[in-house]
Amino acid sequence: MHIPDGLLDPKTFGTAWALGGIAVGYAVTKTNKELQERQIPFMGVMAAFIFAAQMINIPIAGGTSGHLLGGMLAAVLLGPWSAAIIITTVLALQAFIFLDGGITVLGANILNMAVIGVLSGYGVYLLFRNLWPNRTGVLVGTFVGSWVSVVMAAIACSLELSFSGMGALSIVLPAMLTWHVIIGLLEAVITTVVVAYLTQVRPDLVHQAAGSR
Amino acid sequence: MMRKEIWVLLILSVVIALVVSPFASSLPDGLERVAEDHGFIDKATELINSPIPDYVFPGITNEKVATSAAGIIGTLLTLAVAYGIGCLLKGRDVQGSKTSQEQKHGNR
Repeated sequence: MHIPDGLLDPKTFGTAWALGGIAVGYAVTKTNKELQERQIPFMGVMAAFIFAAQMINIPIAGGTSGHLLGGMLAAVLLGPWSAAIIITTVLALQAFIFLDGGITVLGANILNMAVIGVLSGYGVYLLFRNLWPNRTGVLVGTFVGSWVSVVMAAIACSLELSFSGMGALSIVLPAMLTWHVIIGLLEAVITTVVVAYLTQVRPDLVHQAAGSR
Repeated sequence: MMRKEIWVLLILSVVIALVVSPFASSLPDGLERVAEDHGFIDKATELINSPIPDYVFPGITNEKVATSAAGIIGTLLTLAVAYGIGCLLKGRDVQGSKTSQEQKHGNR
């Protein structure tokens, strides 16, 4: 879902830079407080894993492919603010070095995948985890939250495309959702498998929200 | 102090980047597909000269090898940059030469 340069107009990508920038700035201050020093290597490895996994496009249906976004995976294990920093890092490297996602629209890609995707998915995850405060709650929340994170990012992307005159929202939104409700399932399966593995061997790897530690 | 599970994730990342990436699908992703179907894919432009465009390392004729090379370089670069950002955020020396090094060994 990496938007290339040329698809968003200046008012849209400018607004996205502002909103994305504010959110990432806030994420920096939160991470500074919440991230534990011993988690720094995990943050690096998580970013590396997400970069590698994002290279793997998997055919989903109808001649279209999808790949892991990884925002929820990072959020469940390291918290939503560290996840926002991790996804922002991956997106910036992809844009500047690999021609994957544009430069002017980097703020929009950050807003969609590092901010909206991560925070919406994590919110859903927390609902389930509070409902079932055990490993089942973690895994069900991870599954549903991962799907929500992809769908919400796709909705944000559709709005930006539509604001930029790429097509009426009534056309772009259903078209984007058609593919991303399926790509979201891919996200949910991969994320839940990795979280299930990690929580089985090391339950303490799951990020605990402040106050519940 | 890097725990075994984190090493597993790192090794998995390297294997994905080196071995799996050349076999990834080249079908359009969801957004590209929508842009094709609705006639705005042609609006996409390139503003900078990327060093490794489209995950194909330039100068390597075998495309699978070129993708592997791009994958491993990107994975290790991402590891280094994200680790560096983590250190900056926590005000820690990237070399780990602060007392944290001792704590790390102490926690083993």
